[in-house]
Amino acid sequence: MTDIQYLAPHTLDEAVGAFAAAAGTARILAGGTDLLVQMRAGMVRPGLIVDIKKIAEMTSIEETADGGFVVGAAVSGAVLAEHPRFGKVWPGVLESINLIGSTQVQGRASAGGNLCNGSPAGDSVPAMMAADAIVTVQGPNGRRQMPVEAVPAGPGRINLAPAEILVSFTLPPRPPGSSDAYLRMIPRTEMDIAVVGCGVSLTLTNGVCTAARVGLGAVAPTVLLVEAAAKALIGSKLDTAAVDAAAAACSAACRPIDDKRGTIVYRTKVAGVLLKRTVGIAADRAGRA
Amino acid sequence: MNETSNKWIGQNTIRPDGADKVTGRAAYGADTTMPGMIWGSVLRSPHPHARIRSIDTSKAEALPGVKAVITAKDIVEFPLDKSVVLGIQDMRWMCRNVMAREKALFHGHPVAAVAATTEAIAAEACKLIDVDYEVLPWVIEIEDAIKPGAPLLHDFIQFEGKPSNIAGTLEHKLGDIDAGFAQADVVIERSFTTRPVHQGYIETHACLVSVSADGKTTIWSSSQGQFMVRAMTSLLTGLPQSSIRAIPAEIGGGFGGKTIVYLEPLATVLSKKSGRPVKMVMSREEVMRATGPTSGSMSTVKIGATKDGKIVAAQGTYYLQAGAFPGSPIRGAAGCAFAPYDIPNVISRGFDVVSNRSKVAAYRAPGAPIGAYAVECVLDEIAEALKIDPLDLRIQNAAREGTKAAHGPVYPRIGLLETMEAARAHPHYKAPLGKFQGRGVASGFWFNAGGESSAQVNITEDGNVVVTTGHPDIGGSRAAIANIAAELLGIDYRRVSVLIGDTATVGYSNLTGGSRVLFASAIVVTESAEQVIGQLKARAAKVWGISADAVVWENGEARPSGDHTGNFPTMTLAEIAAKASETGGPIGAGVQLNTTGAEGGFSTHICDVEVDVELGIVSVLRYTSFQDVGRAVHPAYVEGQIQGGAAQGIGWALNEEYIYNKDGKVDNPGFLDYRMPVCSDLPMLDAVMIEIPNPKHPQGVRGVGEVPLVPVMAAVANAVHSALGKRFYSLPMSPPKVLEGLDEGTLQAAE
Repeated sequence: MTDIQYLAPHTLDEAVGAFAAAAGTARILAGGTDLLVQMRAGMVRPGLIVDIKKIAEMTSIEETADGGFVVGAAVSGAVLAEHPRFGKVWPGVLESINLIGSTQVQGRASAGGNLCNGSPAGDSVPAMMAADAIVTVQGPNGRRQMPVEAVPAGPGRINLAPAEILVSFTLPPRPPGSSDAYLRMIPRTEMDIAVVGCGVSLTLTNGVCTAARVGLGAVAPTVLLVEAAAKALIGSKLDTAAVDAAAAACSAACRPIDDKRGTIVYRTKVAGVLLKRTVGIAADRAGRA
Repeated sequence: MNETSNKWIGQNTIRPDGADKVTGRAAYGADTTMPGMIWGSVLRSPHPHARIRSIDTSKAEALPGVKAVITAKDIVEFPLDKSVVLGIQDMRWMCRNVMAREKALFHGHPVAAVAATTEAIAAEACKLIDVDYEVLPWVIEIEDAIKPGAPLLHDFIQFEGKPSNIAGTLEHKLGDIDAGFAQADVVIERSFTTRPVHQGYIETHACLVSVSADGKTTIWSSSQGQFMVRAMTSLLTGLPQSSIRAIPAEIGGGFGGKTIVYLEPLATVLSKKSGRPVKMVMSREEVMRATGPTSGSMSTVKIGATKDGKIVAAQGTYYLQAGAFPGSPIRGAAGCAFAPYDIPNVISRGFDVVSNRSKVAAYRAPGAPIGAYAVECVLDEIAEALKIDPLDLRIQNAAREGTKAAHGPVYPRIGLLETMEAARAHPHYKAPLGKFQGRGVASGFWFNAGGESSAQVNITEDGNVVVTTGHPDIGGSRAAIANIAAELLGIDYRRVSVLIGDTATVGYSNLTGGSRVLFASAIVVTESAEQVIGQLKARAAKVWGISADAVVWENGEARPSGDHTGNFPTMTLAEIAAKASETGGPIGAGVQLNTTGAEGGFSTHICDVEVDVELGIVSVLRYTSFQDVGRAVHPAYVEGQIQGGAAQGIGWALNEEYIYNKDGKVDNPGFLDYRMPVCSDLPMLDAVMIEIPNPKHPQGVRGVGEVPLVPVMAAVANAVHSALGKRFYSLPMSPPKVLEGLDEGTLQAAE
């Protein structure tokens, strides 16, 4: 029954230093909507909690000169929803983050925490992958960047080095005719965990899909970037044959398990259904005629 | 009572408990603390079935901060060969359920408990207790438990002369079943399964118990009956009831699941041993693993009707899961199943099946929704086969005044037919439906109960009123009793305070269950108020120097009548109260009765659903419940009861189920994966209240709290069938199950 140390540094250097010094017994606290639940359930018992919400860079939303966004890893879903521009440019990313938990949870839960929790069912992760987001991480050896899809390593595991902290997400500028969408299947209408989640980002030029990315959640040990589905969409007018092919690619990419939340058969079938619906919403948002 | 004269009965008055609840001031089971209080924690079996060879508590006792450790030997044992019944519980099972004795019978079954200075030390101490288990083969599902060669839970259970997991049976019989089926032109027989579902109360079980050096015991706990808590604790600890004062906390939901004790006897023994007040609070996981859900079931129902729609024979067979100990609600399932109908030939049978899961507890009309689900689905198929509208079929066969029910009674005036006719005439029944949308109807019955109730009505010195009753308020009884008291006394509702007394301050009152509370307490409150009015008239008569017979009580005032009319100014309640000392002392009256005449409750529901045929998701679009409520004393609360029943039934029908892993343990012990409906899952649930007053009650009250759940699963199932042309014979109709059942042919037909 050791005591838990709590630290809320104002700089990333301090946070990384403390995280490194704790040698594996520390946990990062952003919104805490996963960490506190895990602690209550006795799954983790950290010796040190490093609260990153007092670090300015991690709680800010910056629109860059080229029209991209840098979103701090600890920005809560509610704060992101109040940003005047973000949801217009990235409606799919925003809706994926805003699907996490209840209104109360939205005041705390962040996309950074959602990614670092390592759950294959994290709602914001497929949408961030579809958005081609790049993450910035900082550790004892300085900063580095990598694509979102390089972060998940397996259920509850991520590819961050010891004492590295996720700092921010960088979302690229959007060409005209672009939009995104995220849908998940849950047996209820809210307060649930995705049985399958699907994020789609695409660009339409004169009705032709010129760019597309597809992220698929809860169907494999990690969230998947489904390149075959994107390939089926790119170059098409999103006609039935192309969308069916993309849906089939999603179903083919599934490597799910049977568990209390869904069966292999169900998840595989639903992945294709969600792809079709998500493409439809993203295309409408992108201005499909 | 003349309805038009009612000033308070039928008003949605401000809830007496409302302000405290919305400001967070209301004290629930876990909210009371005491100086010197320590914490209790329960060690639970890691095995679904194991013989307990020995328990070594020495290491736990040696841990600093630990003040007491108990096992089954600290709980009073009730020998297996002699039944001791308390309410719906048998103490032989209760003593073994609160603490495993010879065997642990389910994963989560308590085997020891610790009290320590902190929760963390108590939890740590539990880990230091060595239990030597002989792990045994286990069985969870009914079909496995009744197979030959199934692992047996109890050596003493025999069925048809052989060791068995079938612990009991029940049969209701009317007429000649074979002769009945011989008259039928159409006979339909179907089998169904339902899953155990939890009551889902938000507040977990919690208590604080203080046993003084002289043995005087005070229990603060959240329950549906402080007298039940007192009696059970007394029996399980050996303390006399007179030494135990059980104080009811505000209750954060019960739905039947708090008509039983889990923690109070343990905390009492821990407090007695340690000399300290002991608090115990269950986690949600403990609630889901070790407290009562209602039964899962396997049933077969066969109904025969003539071609003009007269039901001539009906047969039902219900196997219900009891959990680890005998006592599933087969009486509710088999007894209520056919009760809404006038059927000359009926056999309805129930089988009580034990298996290695937590002991079931009451849940809103226990067993009756299971009974109705099968019957109402088969009735739908009969209507379809005969090409008769499903409501018309039910109306044609509805029970009415004088109908002899298979479970025994001959009905007095009942309102079932009115609920069906109101449903048929309602705009909902004619509203258009779209693609993959469907509509279902179903009816249901619940017995309702009366029983023991006590009340005290006192006039305060300043002329206001305090009413004390003995049933925990989980459905609005305080508000309704205040309405009735204000009506009878002819005073403003705000001058009446209604309190729930503890076991030392109010007379014995049976627990809150069976939809009994307003029915029973209104009777004792009415009789008490009438006695008080008699006293008030006598006091005024004394002041005026006339006979009490010459005084009438009207609009909260005493008025001289007859020859004396107008001879004296009227006296208000406050004026009489002010003179109480001079006219004979305090004014007040108490009445204690075993009430009878509750009479059954009936309900008919209409449900519209839409099915997302690509995802298998069933959404309820519209839901209307039509219920004979007797008299809606506080309509908003009655409406709330009806809506709550519909919400719980929709969860039962669509998503709620315990998922067991391959080790015989519950894999979804929390609200995330045990999927009760959330608000956004449901449309506005409409309630149509039909008031056919109960002729055996002073205000016409019928129980309203349980029958709202009875027809729901059948109504939803019938709606899904109407949407898809395909019927699902097992609950829940969860998305994977629905999607699996939808083949191309079904979909094309449904379009």
